[in-house]
Amino acid sequence: MGPPLWRSHVCSRRITIDYLVFAGQRLLQATLVMFVISLIGFSIQDNLGDPLRELLGQSVSEAEREALRDEMGLNDPFFVQYGRFITNAVQGDLGTSYFFKRPALQVIADKFPATLDLVIGATLIIVLISVPVGVYCAIRPNAWLARAVMGISIVGISIPVFLTAIFSIYLFAVTLGWMPSFGRGEDLVEIFPGWKTGFFTKDGFAHLVLPCVSLSSIMLPLFIRLIRSEMREILESEYVRFAWAKGLAPKRVWFLHALKNTMLPVVTVGGVQIGTMLAYTILTETVFQWPGMGFLFLEAVNRVDTPLIISYIIVVGLIFVVTNTVVDLLYTWVNPTVKITGRGR
Amino acid sequence: MALLEVKNLGIEFPMRREVLRALQGVSFSLDAGERLGIVGESGAGKSIAAFAIINLLSKPGRINAGEILFEGRDLTVLDDNAMRDIRGNRISMIFQDPMMTLNPVLTIETQMIEVLKAHREISDNDARKIAVEKLREVAIPSPEDRLKSYPHELSGGQRQRVVIATALLTNPSIIIADEPSTALDVTIQAGIMALMLNLCKSHDMGLILITHDLAVVSQVTERVVVMYAGRVVEEGPTADIVTHPKHPYTRGLIAALPQEGTAGKRLNQIPGSMPTLDAIPDGCAFHPRCPHADDVCRASVPEIVKVGNQFSRCVKATELAEENSL
Repeated sequence: MGPPLWRSHVCSRRITIDYLVFAGQRLLQATLVMFVISLIGFSIQDNLGDPLRELLGQSVSEAEREALRDEMGLNDPFFVQYGRFITNAVQGDLGTSYFFKRPALQVIADKFPATLDLVIGATLIIVLISVPVGVYCAIRPNAWLARAVMGISIVGISIPVFLTAIFSIYLFAVTLGWMPSFGRGEDLVEIFPGWKTGFFTKDGFAHLVLPCVSLSSIMLPLFIRLIRSEMREILESEYVRFAWAKGLAPKRVWFLHALKNTMLPVVTVGGVQIGTMLAYTILTETVFQWPGMGFLFLEAVNRVDTPLIISYIIVVGLIFVVTNTVVDLLYTWVNPTVKITGRGR
Repeated sequence: MALLEVKNLGIEFPMRREVLRALQGVSFSLDAGERLGIVGESGAGKSIAAFAIINLLSKPGRINAGEILFEGRDLTVLDDNAMRDIRGNRISMIFQDPMMTLNPVLTIETQMIEVLKAHREISDNDARKIAVEKLREVAIPSPEDRLKSYPHELSGGQRQRVVIATALLTNPSIIIADEPSTALDVTIQAGIMALMLNLCKSHDMGLILITHDLAVVSQVTERVVVMYAGRVVEEGPTADIVTHPKHPYTRGLIAALPQEGTAGKRLNQIPGSMPTLDAIPDGCAFHPRCPHADDVCRASVPEIVKVGNQFSRCVKATELAEENSL
C-alpha cells in the first residue's frame, strides 16, 4: 500500500527530476496539439472561396488571375503550401490580411488588449463572486439566500450571452442611461507598450462593466454551482469530520481544510473554461461593438479574409493550449497527491 | 463520581415521513483511566453514541433525551464555543479509516500543530516540539522528517499512528476510538491495539473503544457495553461477559467466534440480521432472532437487570444464567 521508500523523502512541492520529465512530456503534447490545430486551420483555406476575388474585384482578366495565383503559390500542392505556411508560422508570420494589407498577426495583436481587458474583467468577476458565494451556499445549503442563489444561477446558465448583453444594454444603457452602450471609450491608459487598458480610468471602466458582466453571466453561475457541490461533498468527508473532532474553529475547517480541497478540481475546470470564455467574446464583442479579437474575427469571416481567420484560429488555439498546459503543470505542482505517471521505476 | 456519565441518552433522526430513533435510553459511564468497550453489529448505534458525546452527530440527528455528564458538566447543553473547548482537547477521537482521516493536501505538521493552536496559546516552535514528542511516543521513525510529509507518503498503519499522535497532543482525559484498527491489515491491527493499550495505561487516559471485534475488546478493555438496535443489552466487566455472557445476543456473538476445536467446522451464527431503524420490533428488539423468545418478550421492552457482576436487558436473564449453558 505504502509509497516506495525512495519517494518518501521527496517533498512534493520541490521541482524534482520526475516533475521536469513530466513537464517536458506535457510541453511535447502541447506542441503536437498546436501542430494539429495549424493543420486544421490551414486546411480551411481551400474551402472559403477564392481569395483573388476578394483581392482584385471583377475587372482583372482570367490570365492575370492565373499568373497571380502562381505567384502567390496558390496552385502548389496542399502540403507544399502547408509546409510554406508552417515554416513562416514558426517565425511569427501567419500571412497578410487581405483587407488590412498588414501582417495578420499584427492586426490581431492590435486588437488583443481589448479582448484581454474583457477576459480579465470577466475572470475577476467570476473569481471574486463565485468563491465566497459558492462557499456560503455549501455551508448554509438550507438558508433562503442560498436557495435563492441556486434558483437564480439556473436562470443565469440558461440565458445565452447575447441575450444577457442585449438586455443589459437596453436596461442600463438605453433606459436608465447609467452605462455606455458600446465601444471601449476614449480614455485608455497604456500600461505596457501596445497594451492600452480601460481599467484605470473612469470612462474606460464604465465601458468595461456591461461587457464584462455579460461575458461572465454564464460562467459565474456555473462556477458558483461547481464550488458549492464540490464543497458540499468535501464537507461530508472523513477528514473534515476529523477536523471538527479536533475542536478547530469553523473558519479554519471551512476555509483551510475544505476550501483547499474544493479548489483543486475547480482550478482544472477553470483552466478549460478560459478557452470557452474566449469563444464567448465573439458574441459579447459583437453586441457591444467592442474592438477586440472576437469582433475582428466576425468581420474577417464576413470579408472572407482567410489569413486573418486562420491566424485567429491559431492564436486562440495557442491561448487554449498554453492555459491548459500551465493549469496542468500548476495543478500537479500544487496538489501533493497527484502521482506523476510514466516514471520508469 | 465517574469522569463521563451518559444517562438515558436518546437520539433521533427526523426524516421526511417519520422520526427514526437511533438510540433509546442508553446509559454507561467511564471512570478516569478506565477502558470501556462498546460492542455491537453495524447499525447498533455505537458510533452514533460516540459522536453524540462530542456533539458531532451527522444531520439531522439530534439528542432528544438524557444527559452526558463530563466532569459533572452536561455536554448536551453546552454552546458551540464551550463544546469546541472540550472536543479535541479533553476528549479526542480516533476514526476508523486512517486513509480518509487526514487531509490529503495539508502536511502532517499543519494538521498536528493546529490542534495545539486551537486549544492553547502556544508558539509554532513549541507546538512543533510537542508534535515531534507525540510522534515519537507512537513509534513513528524520524518524526522531524515525517512532519513535512503529506498523508499519501505514509502507509496505512503509519497514518493511524499519526492520527493517534494527533489525538494525544493535548493529553486528553478520554480518547474515543471508533473501530481504530478495522481498516488496517491484520498484522498491523495488533500493533495499533497494543499501542493504544500502552498509551492509555501510561497516560492514565480513559478509552472508549467502539468495535464489533470481541477479541480486540477482551484484550484491551476492562468493561464492555453490548448494544443492539439502539439500546444497551448487556453491560459488565469484560472478563465476565466474554466467559459468561448473560444476554442471548451476547451469547450469540461469542458463540459465533472461531475457537479452538472449531477449525474446519461451520461457525455458529445468529439467524437473521439486525433490524433497521425504521423496523425495530416491539418488545425486546432481539426477539425475532432469539432462541428463547416467547410472548413475554414480544409484549414489552425488558428492563435492564443485575445478574451477578453484569447487567442484562432480558426478562430471562436469571434463568438463563442458571442454565449455565456456555
